[in-house]
Amino acid sequence: MNETDLGLWAVPLAMIGGAIRVSTPFLFVSLGECLTERSGRINLGLEGTLVFGAMSGYAVAYESGSAWVGVLAAALAGMLFGFFHGWICKLPKVNDIAIGIALMLLGMGLAFFFGKPYVQPQAPDLPAISFGWWSDISQVQAALQVNVLFLIGIVLTIAMGWMFRTTRIGLIVRVVGDSTDAARSMGLNPNVVRLLATGAGGALAGVGGAYLSLYYPGSWNEGLSSGQGLMAVALVIFARWSPVNCFWAALLFGGAGALGPALQSVGISSGYYLFYAAPYVLTLGLLIATSSPNRALESAPGELSITK
Amino acid sequence: MSTDTTTELHAPERRGVADLAPRLEPLIIPIGALLGGLFAFSVFLVLLGKSPVDFFGLVYKAGFGTAFSWQNTLSRVAPLLLTALCVALPARLGLVVIGGEGAVVLGGLAAAVVGTALLGAPTAIGIPLMMLAAMLIGGLWIGAVGALRIRRGVNETISSLLMAYIAIALLNHLVEGPFRDPASLNKPSTAPLDPALRVGELPGMDVHWGFAAGIIACIIAWVLIERTTWGFAARIAGGNIRAAQVQGLPVGRLIICFTAAGGACAGLAGFFEVAAIHGSANGSLVSGYGYTGILIAFLARHNPLAIIPVAILLSGFEASSGLIQRRMDLPDATILVLEGIVFVAILVSETLYGRFRFFAPRTEVQP
Repeated sequence: MNETDLGLWAVPLAMIGGAIRVSTPFLFVSLGECLTERSGRINLGLEGTLVFGAMSGYAVAYESGSAWVGVLAAALAGMLFGFFHGWICKLPKVNDIAIGIALMLLGMGLAFFFGKPYVQPQAPDLPAISFGWWSDISQVQAALQVNVLFLIGIVLTIAMGWMFRTTRIGLIVRVVGDSTDAARSMGLNPNVVRLLATGAGGALAGVGGAYLSLYYPGSWNEGLSSGQGLMAVALVIFARWSPVNCFWAALLFGGAGALGPALQSVGISSGYYLFYAAPYVLTLGLLIATSSPNRALESAPGELSITK
Repeated sequence: MSTDTTTELHAPERRGVADLAPRLEPLIIPIGALLGGLFAFSVFLVLLGKSPVDFFGLVYKAGFGTAFSWQNTLSRVAPLLLTALCVALPARLGLVVIGGEGAVVLGGLAAAVVGTALLGAPTAIGIPLMMLAAMLIGGLWIGAVGALRIRRGVNETISSLLMAYIAIALLNHLVEGPFRDPASLNKPSTAPLDPALRVGELPGMDVHWGFAAGIIACIIAWVLIERTTWGFAARIAGGNIRAAQVQGLPVGRLIICFTAAGGACAGLAGFFEVAAIHGSANGSLVSGYGYTGILIAFLARHNPLAIIPVAILLSGFEASSGLIQRRMDLPDATILVLEGIVFVAILVSETLYGRFRFFAPRTEVQP
């Protein structure tokens, strides 16, 4: 494997690789949030779910010796958080945004509390598939090292898009999200549908967390997540509640997140922290560009408190 | 049920009690929720095999037991009071702003930069200028969140938290680069402040002036909300924005003013962190006060006067963190777990308002 000097071409290459690597947690959290928001509820606590999922996934993978058992544990933990959110929000007069903030703090607190003993040990990694075999250039091979979870994410994206479009379950979630009254008149129980949608959304966010601790960056510590869970919520708004758009948006955000490390890899390190802020600036910019003060957002679920 | 009828029969004599009961509701429900949260946390400790009695004993000892521990507690209250105001003021208009941390960080940085530029300036000029710079940048930062909400319809909860991450990145960039003191090796910082520009302690106490400033800010905020036409308009708009717009209230200006005022408070917290504690701006400014402030504001039901006791209580919990780690072998995140549980409990208690007949206003029955 010869080190070829790619010059500045290394930057876009590292960004493509980085986009695939960094985008996976965004993808899972945003798919989860997409499902929850389509049912008419917003879960801002996914940041806490992500961090708790990262911790529990890492801890279980370390104890069991299998990364996939860790992913399963993270999904279960995330589902519990989701159910807790959904169960509290069905009480009258309870604000789902505020509950999300509280669960974000609680999830992070619990993750740091139970995760303390797991900061040092090394848990098994998730496997990756190399798509770079056709090239001799090591940077290309590194960039095309794709984790299995990313591929699962693509399958999930397509499946969820199909579910919303053509299946009965998708229709039920959409009706509940668009009008509580219409759902009731159809004999549906909106609270149960939202509870299940929030639980499933939490499970996906937990898997996103497990990716962080088990693959990239691939270890557990308290600074592991830096707002990915929250950015994913904003990403869903930008993606107009469509799973396929969520996938493209996640790739875009992953690319923005990879900008700093990519520039650093070719020796540009001044302004590192400013590049580090690129995903936040991008999120904010997209929110400003796509929001509107006087009309509800296009294709927004009618019962969503954030757009009402 | 029978008590109700007797109250109605003897309404004239018992009006004192009847008037009091509805006023007690916003006091008793949060206190009950706080106790419920502490109880749930005790169960959590018992499940882990730790004694809640030991825990609360240590909190009392380290936070409130002696004059020394009171000073320790009070010296941490200032940023909590000010960041809680950053949540409570916009909340009066129905906005959930959670990015106070960003205003703290940038306020502290602005104070440090102005302080370094004013090397040799007398205290009477330097300190007010530093405070002004901190409040201005904090006000602009959170005011921008309000402006984005009213002009572009951007959700303020998400935008304020994104702005907080951007602020932290800005601090790291500026402290590592343009404003770095070459003498700060391990921990990149701005140049240390001149002793004349440091904020001292309250007379006779080991507590810096930020405590007094925080209390004054809370009182001013209370007067603003409860005793001025601006506050009245804000309360109307918080109840129903569209109704307020129909009434011709300047909702946009109100939102920008209240978010900017909250941001100025959080910026002031940054000023005191720099001028009274750290002596320069560095990564220590990112300490999570903004997040504790959110919990305090919700516990106080966004009432600026209620923020004072709630902030002191939580400050006592945080002050006891070190002792609890050493004595009970619990991680430092224990207080975070406690705060999270209490936060959930207080939000769940919102559902109880209007559920108890005891608190219902009693009207005299006309025969």
